[in-house]
Amino acid sequence: MAIPDDPIIRIRHVNKWYGQFHVLKDINLTVGRGERVVICGPSGSGKSTLIRCVNRLETHQKGTISVDGIELTDDLKRIDRVRREVGMLFQNFNLFPHLTVMENCILAPVWVRRMPLLEARELAMQYLTRVRIPDQADKYPGQLSGGQQQRVAIARCLCMSPKIMLFDEPTSALDPEMIKEVLDVMVDLAGSGMTMVCVTHEMGFAREVADRVIFMDGGEILEENTPEAFFSAPQSERARLFLGQILSHAQMGARTNPD
Amino acid sequence: MTDPARARLPQRSLLTDPVVRAVIIQIAVFALVAGVLAFAAVNTAENLKRAGIASGFGFFNQVAGFDVSQSLVEYSRASTYGRVFLVGLLNTLLVSSVSIVVATVLGFAVGLLRLSGNWLVSRMAAVYVEILRNVPLLLQILFWYIAILNPLPGPRQAMSLFDTIFLCNRGLIIPWPVFLPGSWLVLVAFLLALAGGAGLVLWARRRQRLTGKRFPAYVSSLGLIILLPLVALAAAGFPIRWDLPELSGFNFAGGLTLQPEFTALVLALSLYTAAFIAENVRAGIEAVDKGQIEAAHSLGLRPAPTMRLVVVPQALRVIIPPLTSQHLTLVKNSSLAVVIGYPDLVSVFAGTTLNQTGQAVEIIAITMLVYLTISLAISLFMNWYNARVAILER
Repeated sequence: MAIPDDPIIRIRHVNKWYGQFHVLKDINLTVGRGERVVICGPSGSGKSTLIRCVNRLETHQKGTISVDGIELTDDLKRIDRVRREVGMLFQNFNLFPHLTVMENCILAPVWVRRMPLLEARELAMQYLTRVRIPDQADKYPGQLSGGQQQRVAIARCLCMSPKIMLFDEPTSALDPEMIKEVLDVMVDLAGSGMTMVCVTHEMGFAREVADRVIFMDGGEILEENTPEAFFSAPQSERARLFLGQILSHAQMGARTNPD
Repeated sequence: MTDPARARLPQRSLLTDPVVRAVIIQIAVFALVAGVLAFAAVNTAENLKRAGIASGFGFFNQVAGFDVSQSLVEYSRASTYGRVFLVGLLNTLLVSSVSIVVATVLGFAVGLLRLSGNWLVSRMAAVYVEILRNVPLLLQILFWYIAILNPLPGPRQAMSLFDTIFLCNRGLIIPWPVFLPGSWLVLVAFLLALAGGAGLVLWARRRQRLTGKRFPAYVSSLGLIILLPLVALAAAGFPIRWDLPELSGFNFAGGLTLQPEFTALVLALSLYTAAFIAENVRAGIEAVDKGQIEAAHSLGLRPAPTMRLVVVPQALRVIIPPLTSQHLTLVKNSSLAVVIGYPDLVSVFAGTTLNQTGQAVEIIAITMLVYLTISLAISLFMNWYNARVAILER
């Protein structure tokens, strides 16, 4: 695979162990500015761990990771600078339950970016409108559905105007009818030129928006290809097996829901 | 309207009807309780009559005739039993409120230290908790009183800190301010500084809303609150002086003496309760989902604001109900004062007064009512606070 011309994330020879367990084995990955990358693979393959290393929620033990020219080390200043530019979406949304939707959105702009409160509110309202829930601004997360919560989480990230968004299985904890509303917002985001790295099992999403699909298994990157090439002709046996399982599951879903 | 399905049901016996059964059981229980209470009342009244004890609350106006070692209000042996009640109540409230404040602050500190990443610090906090909460409180009170404070040297050989604070077997003697005429100027300056500080905080908030610029409002208003009264103090020719304790004869004159009984009781109650509060605080903070901290970090918040803005507000709702219970326990445990002779409500009222007047029923009932009232007041306050920090769910 060619190296993108304008790389924003560079991961070089990264290794990580949990005790004896080797989670990431010599990972090399470069993501270009504005590129949309989907990482898939069976559970336990290390894909979540990999993207959590990009904003240092996990530390890697060997190799280098640099984000927008800043190399991630133990230096707290650097970690702060990277985290300010990288938004992350979690499987369980992780909205702050004691704050309203609006307060969730303005917390970081006000405390991290030192933005005036009124300006932060305006910005938050703009993004809440973009994710199509401006009318829920004064509710608490506990009063919203899962899909709405994940959309608030997207708005909360966008309020920090990140250069990169990381998605850690953003639709895995959602009911089927809510997956679409979140995916629609993500597709919309992809259209705006955001750099996105998504760990997801939503193959439809990968086909529609991804520039590249990365297949991981056992802590290694096994395949890296365009979505068309990956889905039509997977190179490795394990990728074929994985796709077979995922697609047969999707077909079973299609058979029980004819429309 | 008759329901054909119901009409076909066989006739039910009254004894197996759940509603009838419930009513019968309630009547039976009520009759039993009322009967026992009536028997107790009649029995007590008869016994009192036989012993020649008049019931009623007339003893409140009789002269007590005994001394009390510590009193917040004027008291002499010529005062009435009513006065004794007030003295005891105030002493109970004093020792409880001081201990509640100390225990809560210390408990939060130890709880947070126990979660520290530093091995030594967290181990020390753990050792503190395990020792203090596993030794009976009564022993701890006796320990501080008999083993630590009693063997202290007399006033002439008192231990001293910079010759201003003294510790001896008469207690802890600390300097105390005396207000001479002219003090009002300092008080006015202090109030002005408070108002100015509040204004500063409001202005800084408004500026933050509009421009995003921050101003260290709390630090500067603290400076204002300290500086302005000092300036006024100098301008008025130092009307407020410290009354320093000084050795005169066999005891100290001047200053404020915290009696060894009071000191021992506050130490024991607050150190013991702080150990439990520390565990509540630790549990509360550990109960906050790790994802919350990750989300805050991923938004760029540093550890300190993450703690203050995200973790603590969520931990409080877990901490407060057991914290209330610790405060209630502390107030009730303060009645153990009786073993070291601290003149609290139980000691002077339910103890000495009861012995002298023999009005057992009235005195015990009043004492119980007092503790019940204090406890319910604390509960009400904490419930109100808990409702304020509660998380709104669907």
